[in-house]
Amino acid sequence: MKLLQKPWIWSWVAAVAAFGLTIALTQGRGASELGYAALSFGAFAAIVGLGQMLVITLGPGNIDLSIPASMTLAATLALKAMGAEPGSAWLGLLVALGVGLGTGLANFALIWALRLPPIIATLAASLVYQSIAIWSNRGLRIKPPEALADFATGRMAGVPNVAIVAVVLAALVWLVLERTIWGRWLLACGQNLRAARLAGVPVEAVRAATYVAVAVFASLAGYLLASFSGGAALNMGSEYLLMSIAVVVIGGTSIAGGMSNVPGVWGASLFMFLVVSMLNSYGAGAGVRMVLTGVIIIGIVIAASTRRARQ
Amino acid sequence: MTRTPQGAPPIVTLTDAAKHFGPVRALNGVSLSIAPGDCIGLVGHNGAGKSTLVNVINGGLAPSSGTVEFAPAGAQTALEAGIRSVFQELSLCPNLTVAENLRISHTGLRGFNWRKAARTEMAQALDTVFPGHGISTDAPVDTLSIAERQMVEIAIGFAPRGAQARLVILDEPTSSLDAGIARQLLDHIVRFCASGGAVVFISHMLGEIFDVATRIVVLKDGRVVEQRAAADFTRQGLVDAMGHVAPEQADAPAVRAHAHGAEVLRSPEGLNARAGEIVGLSGLAGHGQAEALARIYFGATSSWRTPRAAPMVFVAGDRTRDGVLPLWSILRNATISVLPQIARRGFVDRDREAGIMAEWKRRIGIRTDDVANPILSLSGGNQQKVLFARALAASAPIVVMDDPMRGVDVGTKQDVYAMIRDEAAGGRTFLWYSTETEEVCQCDRVFVFRDGAISAELTGADITEEKILEASFEMTEAGQ
Repeated sequence: MKLLQKPWIWSWVAAVAAFGLTIALTQGRGASELGYAALSFGAFAAIVGLGQMLVITLGPGNIDLSIPASMTLAATLALKAMGAEPGSAWLGLLVALGVGLGTGLANFALIWALRLPPIIATLAASLVYQSIAIWSNRGLRIKPPEALADFATGRMAGVPNVAIVAVVLAALVWLVLERTIWGRWLLACGQNLRAARLAGVPVEAVRAATYVAVAVFASLAGYLLASFSGGAALNMGSEYLLMSIAVVVIGGTSIAGGMSNVPGVWGASLFMFLVVSMLNSYGAGAGVRMVLTGVIIIGIVIAASTRRARQ
Repeated sequence: MTRTPQGAPPIVTLTDAAKHFGPVRALNGVSLSIAPGDCIGLVGHNGAGKSTLVNVINGGLAPSSGTVEFAPAGAQTALEAGIRSVFQELSLCPNLTVAENLRISHTGLRGFNWRKAARTEMAQALDTVFPGHGISTDAPVDTLSIAERQMVEIAIGFAPRGAQARLVILDEPTSSLDAGIARQLLDHIVRFCASGGAVVFISHMLGEIFDVATRIVVLKDGRVVEQRAAADFTRQGLVDAMGHVAPEQADAPAVRAHAHGAEVLRSPEGLNARAGEIVGLSGLAGHGQAEALARIYFGATSSWRTPRAAPMVFVAGDRTRDGVLPLWSILRNATISVLPQIARRGFVDRDREAGIMAEWKRRIGIRTDDVANPILSLSGGNQQKVLFARALAASAPIVVMDDPMRGVDVGTKQDVYAMIRDEAAGGRTFLWYSTETEEVCQCDRVFVFRDGAISAELTGADITEEKILEASFEMTEAGQ
């Protein structure tokens, strides 16, 4: 019974159910292909979701809406810097992470210095990042270096490399939240910012680091996604705005802040991919698919929140 | 006066009422009847079951066993029976005005111009209990000081609200009020009971209990251990009945005459403190003491970096707003400030953390089986002890305390006073704002605040209730 009390269990139950329903239709054929695809695509959602989770943990009002723009800008500039030259993968990674550092600091500067609500600050800033990406890209589609593309689409011991990266990141985030002083500080800020400040927590430093972390995660996701799909595209991040928020909420992280849930983000990321494949394989059209996805998300959030309220 | 007057049926009768929360027996079989004209003083330690008893009387909690009957035959609920409660945890809506808050508990206010009726009734209610209160009924509650909010809440408790208040339960109503306002409330309670109302009055200030109560009920571990007319108790007898061996206070302060060190703090308004000194901030509630403390604390610490050894720590009195981290365990709440000292390369040393927690649990007597329990499972006074432990565990040289004894029982107060004296003797400096004269008398030096400025500085034998009141009121009287 103890397992059922864990807030992350529901996203995993939902993911397994969606997987089972899809496989049931094909009498078990294609199970490993479906699992592989879920891990690959889920990895990108998990990486941006982990970042968004940290920001949402900061408490009500904290959110980063510039994730898609950061992804696009990081991918565009990284691919441009690499110019498809062999051996430039690390340079590209450095550029991508640098872009994340820059957009994260810029976001927090707007929030802190101009006292803008994060929802406005990050949305407005994302227009700027997107414009820079358009301006620097000029319609060119640069291919990633071959070794990097091979890595992004490759596998190790049957597991996609991108999924390994995302699992390692998730483990790191869990370690920081559960075992380090920064994690304690972040969780304290999310419960009551004033009380945290009065208890000696350097609240502004914690907030700044969190906004930088989400942007760096988004940039890394953008870099990997562009390498995975053979180049950066200007709309490559668009689906990750809703996705990043949905995986956090379905994963059992408290929207009110102060409580993070790392395993739940991964479960929810798999579920978000699997529910679409399930509806696809049952022959639902695009319209029906979107409506049903929305309904399922709302249902899970309601189920998770009423269960929490009863505790 | 101990017995129900003939012919007046009791307003509420509890027969062997018990309330269990899982294995915790918060209330363990209480029989009590309250009749018109009764003023019952309810005393007991933190966690003795006072708040649970109140919630059973007012219908907020159904008893696990036993019965609760309301008197006017036909009254099904506590509300119909005219029972109202005023809680220690402030429960007003901060974004609404004073008059709008009345509407929440007075559903009879409706129709096109209900605000006007609400304003009139609210103003009347405030004038009745606190003449000369100076609170506008149109002021949003979040612009009021904590004392003013408490006054509004008390006034709403006594307001007619379409019917008539027959029994008003006051849970620690004076803890954030200064002496003058508290006096007004006590006078009103006496008037209210004389005119046929009944009051249950919970306070850790025994003087107030003796002032107003006709009957005193002592709770201990969820049971009524004593129930007699107030006149039959002595102060010492009452403390003994509660079961805590605390010495009669008021003999302690004069004994301390240790030398203080160098000046460690000086603020623009002229407040200063030396190493090892206990400096009090006093005066009427809401005259800038809390703001001065906040300025000092925010000035000495940074929002950007936390040094390994904090220069200053803060003990909050307004627990919900300034202190408690509600999602966390007792352990995590208690150790948040000491973490930088015990971290190794950014990682929390969980063995040392547990060790520090165990030591403070013992030293300050936090009543819990398991420090992994949520902080909100503790009673208010025990939550306050956790906040004390949080501040004292971090070895900061200066401790700032913003009215930290709200809701703490008499026995614990004595323990905390002793602990503060010990720590001060060890060289720590305390800045201590309090609304209670008894606490201010524990200080070496007291600054009295009036209208946001320091109006007097008292030392040693000059620290008396009279001198403090004199300094608090001087201008006000001259201006009138």
